[in-house]
Formats: sequence, C-alpha cells, structure tokens
Amino acid sequence: MKIAGLSWPVVRALLVSQHANMVQYRAEIALWALSGVLPFIMLSLWSQSDAGASFGFKGVGLARYYLSAFMVRQFSVVWVVFAFEEDALLGRLSPFLLQPLHPLWRYVAAHVAERVTRFPFSVGIAAIFFLLYPTSFWLPSLGQFLLAFLAILLAFSINFLLQSLIAALCFWSEKASALERLLLIPYLYCSGWLVPLAAFPDAARTASFWTPFPYLIDFPARVLAGLPVDLVAGFAAQLFWLTLLLPLVLMAWRAGVRRYTAMGA
Amino acid sequence: MGRYLLSLKRFWATALAGQLEYQANMLIDLLAMVGSLAGSIFVLSLFFGQGRELGGWSWEAALVVQGIYTFLDGVSSTWLRPNLSAIVTHVREGTLDFVLLKPIDSQFWVSLRIMAPAGLPEIGLGLVLIVWAASRAGASLSLGTSLVAVLMLFVGGVILYALWFVIAATSIWFVKTWNATEVLRAVLASGRFPVSAYPPTLRLVFTLVLPVAFLTTVPAEVILGRAAMPMLVLGLFLAVLFFLGSRAFWLFALRYYTSASS
Repeated sequence: MKIAGLSWPVVRALLVSQHANMVQYRAEIALWALSGVLPFIMLSLWSQSDAGASFGFKGVGLARYYLSAFMVRQFSVVWVVFAFEEDALLGRLSPFLLQPLHPLWRYVAAHVAERVTRFPFSVGIAAIFFLLYPTSFWLPSLGQFLLAFLAILLAFSINFLLQSLIAALCFWSEKASALERLLLIPYLYCSGWLVPLAAFPDAARTASFWTPFPYLIDFPARVLAGLPVDLVAGFAAQLFWLTLLLPLVLMAWRAGVRRYTAMGA
Repeated sequence: MGRYLLSLKRFWATALAGQLEYQANMLIDLLAMVGSLAGSIFVLSLFFGQGRELGGWSWEAALVVQGIYTFLDGVSSTWLRPNLSAIVTHVREGTLDFVLLKPIDSQFWVSLRIMAPAGLPEIGLGLVLIVWAASRAGASLSLGTSLVAVLMLFVGGVILYALWFVIAATSIWFVKTWNATEVLRAVLASGRFPVSAYPPTLRLVFTLVLPVAFLTTVPAEVILGRAAMPMLVLGLFLAVLFFLGSRAFWLFALRYYTSASS
C-alpha cells in the first residue's frame, strides 16, 4: 500500500540510512544543540529584573517557559533550504527526481533521523539546566506531554513547509538561502524564542498572532511548560497554517521542477 | 610590510568585484540587517518601561551598547565570518596546502583573504547608533576619550577575532565540528546587553573566561565617561594575551596538519 509515494519498506530504508548518516555527524549535531542557548541567556537577564513577574509568569514559570522554548526549537528547527540548495547546485537533485518518491520525503526523513540523534544531547542540556536551577524542575503529565508532542510536531511541519516554499525558489534563483535569512528575522522576534509573547505590548502581540510564528515556539512551549494557554485556538491556528502552506508548497514545487535544468550534472 | 598592504588591497578589490555580481543578495542583506537591528532594539525596549533600568543602565546608555554590538557584528560579517568559516573548507579539501606554500604569512592569509562588503552598511549603522545614543545619553566626547574609545573598540575587535580564530583553527583536528563557531556566536549575543545586567556568576564568566564584557560594555563605558582604569588595563592585557595565544595556537595546530587524505 502506498500513501503519497510512501510504503513501509521505503520509510524504513529512508529512516535507517539517514540515521546511519546522522550518527556519523553526532559531534556536529551536539554543537547545533548547544548553539540554541539563547533562551537561557535571556532568562538570566530577566531573572535580574522585576519585569518577569509583571507579565504574568509567577515563580518558576519563566524558567520553565524558556527551557520549553529551548526544547521546542531543538525539535522543530528546519534546515531543508540549505540541504536542498546544495543538492540543486551540485546536480544531486537529478537522480532524486527520477525516483518514484517526492524528493521532499528524503529531507523529512533526514530531519527525523537528526532529531533522534539530537535527542540525548538536548536532554543532557535540560538536565544541566535542572541541576543549576533545581526549583524549576517539573515533569509534564502524560496528557500534557502528548499535547506538547502534537504541538511540536505541527510546529515542525509548518516550519518545514515554510522553508520548503523558499527552497522551491531555488529552481528560479541560485541563492534562495539569502531569502531564508529574511524569514529568520520575524521568526526570531515574533515567535517567542527570545521573549515570550506575553511580554510584548498589546499591539505588537496582536500583530504577531496574525503571523504563523507564535505557533512555532510560543504556543508549543506554553503547552509543554504547563502555562495557561488556549489549546483549541492554538491547534486550530496551527492546522490553518498547515492547510494554507501545503498546497502552496506542492504548487511551487511542481512549477519549479518544470524549470529545472540540472545544473552541474 | 608593504607587501602585506599591497596583498590586502588586491584581496579586497577582487572580493568586492566578486560580490558585486550578486546585487539582489546585497539588497536582501541590507533588509535583513535593518530588520534584525529593529527587532533587537524592540527586545531591548521590553526590559525598560515603567521607569525600570537594566543593570543600572538607562535606555540611551543601553542603546550605546547595542550600537557597539551592531558595529562588531558588521565587522564579523565583513571579515571574520567569511574568512574564518573558509578554514574548514581548506582543511577538508586540502587547499590549505596552497596557502601554506605561498610566500606570505598563513594566518594573515586565512584571516583577511576575503571581504564581504554586505557587512559594511552594518558597521556604518552601528557607528551612527553609537554617536546618536551617546549624545542622547548626555556624553560629551573630548578628543582624549574618543581616542580611548577607538582603542577599546579595537581591543574588543582583537579579542573577538582571537576567540573566533582559535575555534575555527581547531578544525585542523576536528573537521566535523566546523559549526563550533555557531556556539560562540550564540554566546556572544549576550553582548547585546550591558554585562552588569547579568547575574554575578555570569558577569564573572563574561569578564574573565569569555570576555564579552570587553567587546561591548567596556567601550560603551568609555564613551559614556564612566570607565574604570583597571578594566581598561585588563582589556588591553587580555587583547594582547588572546592575540598572542591565537598566534601560538595556529603555529601549534599547523604541526598537526597532514593535508587531505594523507
């Protein structure tokens, strides 16, 4: 049985080979995990100021928020545009296009395999955080954990589709990763990665919630940290962005493949 | 010496010519720079409001720190990032052989070969922000303090270069850890805020272990006329120490360089 070109043996082969590949690069992946320390720096700043309490994080709430934001980013970060740009420029894309499998699935498998390899490092960093800050320790209940898992999965999917849309522009321009840098800026500042959206002035917060970015970090992080959050609205918004982006990506991809000239091959 | 200056002129002229082929990229870089500075100032503004201060720094004074960070970020986009991230490629593909064979110092070559003009507007923007915020904060710059400020900015640049260079040079042993400089960049982002805004332990780390304080806070203190002499001396000392350290480390690392696939 095949769904979207995928059958069980294909999925297995993709995941096993990508995982073997990622394990080779575990030192690099550990460093990527470590390069996400920015929320901890921001937390140490807030801890010196009384501002934290004024936007509704009581006690250890802010510490839990930032740790959750760190974990969410660990599992929802996407680099498909860089991998794709390299493959397209070097002509490696050509054999992928000949296979009876959408090339994007290969990148999905690579991301899943990378997450599995990254997992112990992320947990290690979280453990160190709890050692330094023992009062903030908490374990989400099973229900909370499952909801957070779902929210992170959806956040990853939105992120993946957003970047794939930019990656598809590689068919038209050789340097689509420059556009990715533009996308990164609203992501950094509107997603809750640096500062929780609760700290924003009202107008800035309302404007941010019209973009997909708060649903990539702020919403899943609040679910994971057990902070008050509107679950229905959050999941509905995540699904809305998914259903908007998916056809766009497929259309851009189909139009792009028609233009593909197999550079370098 | 003249040979080095002439080489530098040639290096940067060719790099400039190469970069100008990608004009759309320049526009995107410009947009990204303005956007990221606006976002960063927005985040800073969240710490103020309702008469709060950040580690004893007023809003205008903290903007001077932000300006210095922007300036140094421009310096790293122009020179450090493009050059030092190429070291790992040289090691992996064995092209470091050709660098070592050239009749010019290899550390000079790998550190200054490329110039990315896309970072230059950021340097300018940083300087404008420094001057504007300093005048708003009521700083009166005499010739003496301006000279000290330039010196301390230079000290910050040297420390930044040395840290980055040493980490990039470790790729001679560990090719796979090329992204270690990303970790450094993430930690250096702490320099967007005055060092006194951090908890005491981190303050100590940022002064002595990973001297972020000397990159942004100390030059800002000089500009605002509140610098303490011991910090300036310590900064100078650390800059010399770090630079000599990076030199010694490079010579040490080269002894272990065995060329690609050998």
